[in-house]
Amino acid sequence: MQPIEKAIRAKIATEFEPQHLEVINESYKHSVPPGSESHFKVVLVSPAFAGQRLVQRHQAVYAALREELDGPVHALALHTHTPEEWAHKQGDTPDSPNCLGGSKADPA
Amino acid sequence: MDIMETIKQQITDNTVILYMKGAPNAPQCGFSQQASQAVMACGQRFAYVDVLSNPDIRANLPKYGNWPTFPQLWVKGELIGGCDIIMEMSQSGELKKVLDEASADEPSE
Repeated sequence: MQPIEKAIRAKIATEFEPQHLEVINESYKHSVPPGSESHFKVVLVSPAFAGQRLVQRHQAVYAALREELDGPVHALALHTHTPEEWAHKQGDTPDSPNCLGGSKADPA
Repeated sequence: MDIMETIKQQITDNTVILYMKGAPNAPQCGFSQQASQAVMACGQRFAYVDVLSNPDIRANLPKYGNWPTFPQLWVKGELIGGCDIIMEMSQSGELKKVLDEASADEPSE
């Protein structure tokens, strides 16, 4: 496992005590060099999300991963659920879209 | 005008505003494409800002809204969310409801 993915996993585990966690490096789908850790998809199931709107859940994850987002991580697709919602969805999360080239304009 | 003032004015002057990479008819990022298509599908008028051609806004809006990435959908001065939230609300029908209600409240010109 590469260092950024490892850091994302560790921080989410500490902050949210997830029942289910997927951290998927999707950088290969984008216009970045091979081996990059720039685009991630995170599927996170935690009782901590109960009673929170989606925008609040995502803001909580962004806050926990501020260092990574200020640095190398450029995109973070988030799928946040409570255990009840997750059971209802039966593990179904949508695929992230493919790149359209916009990040070629990025210095990072 | 200070950039934070400009942002504040944009999100208060426009009932529905989407900050995205590229334009709805020429999106520059898959996430912005999905989000703008979902918003367009609701059939209400909305404003958009291309953050790739507005680097000041791209740099400062994340601080304003405590939201680090694009796209961002703002309705009536409030952050609704990014691509994942927009898509989830689109599939559940909630997005159309929110946008219909917002436009109904809009002062007629």
